Amino acid sequence: MATTPPELSIARRRARTGERLIVNALFVCAVLSVAVTVGIIAVLLVDTVEFFRESSLLEFLTGTVWAPGRGAGEGGLYGVLPLVNGTLLIGLGSLVVGLPLGLLTAIYLSEYASSRVRNVLKPTLEILAGIPTVVIGFFALQFITPTLLRPIFGADRVFIFNAAAGSIAVGLMILPIIASISEDAMRAVPASLREAAFGLGSTRRQVSLRVVVPAALSGIAASVILGLSRAVGETMAVTIAAGNSPKMTLNFFESIQTLTASIAQTVGGEVASGTPRYNALFAVGMTLFLMTLVMNLISARIVRRYRQVYS
Amino acid sequence: MTAEAFAPSTLRRGASRTAAKITLDVAFSVVLFVGTIVGVIALATLIWTIVDNGWARLAADPIAFLSNYVSRLPARSGIKAALVGSTYLMVLTALFCFPVGVGAAIYLEEFAPRNRVTNFVEANIANLAGVPSVVYGLLGLGIFARFFRMGPSLLAGALTLAVMSLPVIIVAAREAIRAVPESIRLGAYALGATKWQAVRRQVLPAALPGTLTGTILALSRAIGETAPLLVIGLPVVIFSLPNDLRDPVSALPLLIFNWTSRPQAAFAEAAAAASIVLLALLLAMNAVAIFLRNRYTIRW
Amino acid sequence: MPDGRTHVKEDEQRHETRIADALKARPVEDRAAAAAETVFRLDDVHVHYGRFLALRGVSLDVGKNEITAFIGPSGCGKSTLIRCLNRMNDLIPGARVEGKVEYHDQDLYGDGVDPVEVRRRIGMVFQKPNPFPKSIYENVAFGPRVIGMKPSSMDDLVEQSLRDAAVWDEVKDKLKQNALALSGGQQQRLCIARAIAVSPDVILMDEPCSALDPVSTARIEDLMDELKRDYTIVIVTHNMQQAARVSDRTAFFTAEAAEGTGDRTGLLVEYDRTDAIFTHPSDKRTEDYITGRFG
Repeated sequence: MATTPPELSIARRRARTGERLIVNALFVCAVLSVAVTVGIIAVLLVDTVEFFRESSLLEFLTGTVWAPGRGAGEGGLYGVLPLVNGTLLIGLGSLVVGLPLGLLTAIYLSEYASSRVRNVLKPTLEILAGIPTVVIGFFALQFITPTLLRPIFGADRVFIFNAAAGSIAVGLMILPIIASISEDAMRAVPASLREAAFGLGSTRRQVSLRVVVPAALSGIAASVILGLSRAVGETMAVTIAAGNSPKMTLNFFESIQTLTASIAQTVGGEVASGTPRYNALFAVGMTLFLMTLVMNLISARIVRRYRQVYS
Repeated sequence: MTAEAFAPSTLRRGASRTAAKITLDVAFSVVLFVGTIVGVIALATLIWTIVDNGWARLAADPIAFLSNYVSRLPARSGIKAALVGSTYLMVLTALFCFPVGVGAAIYLEEFAPRNRVTNFVEANIANLAGVPSVVYGLLGLGIFARFFRMGPSLLAGALTLAVMSLPVIIVAAREAIRAVPESIRLGAYALGATKWQAVRRQVLPAALPGTLTGTILALSRAIGETAPLLVIGLPVVIFSLPNDLRDPVSALPLLIFNWTSRPQAAFAEAAAAASIVLLALLLAMNAVAIFLRNRYTIRW
Repeated sequence: MPDGRTHVKEDEQRHETRIADALKARPVEDRAAAAAETVFRLDDVHVHYGRFLALRGVSLDVGKNEITAFIGPSGCGKSTLIRCLNRMNDLIPGARVEGKVEYHDQDLYGDGVDPVEVRRRIGMVFQKPNPFPKSIYENVAFGPRVIGMKPSSMDDLVEQSLRDAAVWDEVKDKLKQNALALSGGQQQRLCIARAIAVSPDVILMDEPCSALDPVSTARIEDLMDELKRDYTIVIVTHNMQQAARVSDRTAFFTAEAAEGTGDRTGLLVEYDRTDAIFTHPSDKRTEDYITGRFG
């Protein structure tokens, strides 16, 4: 074998350790996200376990009174059901507002609107999505209850803080989520399906309702679950508008308290670490985390399934 | 079929539709339009409510409003500590989560092998994006404020917001990196560039506008968040600006929440006025993000 | 039907005339230099993508300062083979190269070989021009910078590369302009300049003109003739006339289906001096292809 002139040699020259260090640093950045999850689970778990050492798990899961102790005695009742009741009221109530409006908006944007209208509407939706939740809470307290609910339903029936106002507020918050994800799902429906229906003489209404919406159904379902998850996790609007009275009720005009609001209320005052009241925060947080985790996983699974259909 | 079935008159719009069908079509269009418009009207009403309640207060003496600290008297209360605090928080949050988020995105897009570990990390990030902000607050409280003894400080607040914004930035950066065509990378490799050289000198610069846009949008969302800061225990009543990372700091949404919860009407006005400032800040940030996107995005 | 057959014959004759013209259009070469030094020696090379066998049993030599063309119908592994020569196949997950690929008597796939060093010496121009979204100057300067060349004057190096790629006159006043604003033909010549700037030994071209108009194509073909004085060139092309016009040696590939699976595997049919391939091919498959009977 003739000796190769050095300028043609292809043997490894530079060690390139610097690059390997950089890639390792990038790997650490990526793994940091796992550390965050571990941190969340750890912090919730540790104090939840601590909480259940003093309070009964059974009482937590089945008790219908939530009255954290005050003062030195620290005796309190920690039944989570009223909070779950409040959260579910808001969740379902917000879907009653957000789902039809979001879906109608999505159908309109996807099947009916011209691009000029879309160019105005889509940014509007994004603006709505970007309004801070505390501002929406203010709007609920200062407008929805006094100017909308009370005049219509009567000031004696509608409390100042009520679940309906919270539901409307959160409904407005999840409207953009449902609208944009559903619209994406609808636009992903192949044009050929629509053309086939139009070719048979269907009207736009029929195509939208009988072809597009069913085809996009899993995307729409995913958006609904995602919206619900967001509604369940929402704190400020419900704290401001729906009140701080944990109770078992189905009356939307009463004040209630959600899981999130109970956390906000507790930390509003000074809470010493280690007390049952402090630990209760994390037990509630754990409940919340598990609820939204399950919902997000279900939504992700639905999205995965629908993505396969068109690829 | 007879010739009449194909006469020109049958092609006129609506010729084959029954009256009932037409009514249904029209009614549906109306329902759609109304449904869409309700959202727009709601937004308009919201903005009008804020402005109506707060403009007088803000316009009466904007300088005082922006440069006063809070006070028991609503007329003398200002947002100085909260506004400055929010700004410091935003800058510090960006400092923490931008490098880590972009680094994670680069790794996942360019260097990560396709295996179970990578899939797990990606699934994990997707889940984090859906965790309620109040839970991030609990994380901040338990770990940053208490365990690491940072207390309700600028540092704890920024770290909490950074951790909360991380998944959003990672997603935005990944999309921007993915948008860079493979041909660019191949061209760089073919010249004898190493993978990192190709990424650093060609892919990243091309992905920068999209990444920045996504980051600014993520930060604008973080600035409007109240719950995490509330849970950590950041104060509302504070009469000095932070000098040190461990100093306590206030934030605009916290102040708005506090004032909204007070019964006096004057505080409601103050809350609305502060909301106007917050919304203006968000509007400015979004405008910058959109400007960046329109001006600097490469059209391949 | 007699008519049909006459038409086929006429087409064939027209086709052969075009090839003959192409061969005649080549500049007269110094035949004495035909005994060229070998740059690449391939011995029984197979390429798998996962379980799919894309290419089998390829053995050929590539000569120094010659233009070697790979021709053949789509899907017969020409691009796969050319990517083996600068280890770009490494970037495709599941790609596996077996057999011997020698570059100046070094095993290209041996231990201790750095693919980055390989690509520094064996450059590539792609089918679709892919300039970086930067200025024309930055495009050319990128290669020298990343491989650590420290020229006494980068400006001079950029200018010389652009001159050698026959695009200097068109861009000399707009070096700071974005390369994406150039026309397709100019972009491709810029990519050639970019490849030249790192002083490679070999330039691989994967269908470099297929996305270009005839005028740009002709300019690049002229350019290739000048470039081969300094570089060894291997080109994949779908255009037979192009191969006949520019190349010194031509390799004809085809694809044959494996029994059972129906997957088509590429293989080298014939490899010879270009005029030999086009005027008296030894294999019938080659003859069928160049007379236009298939492909």
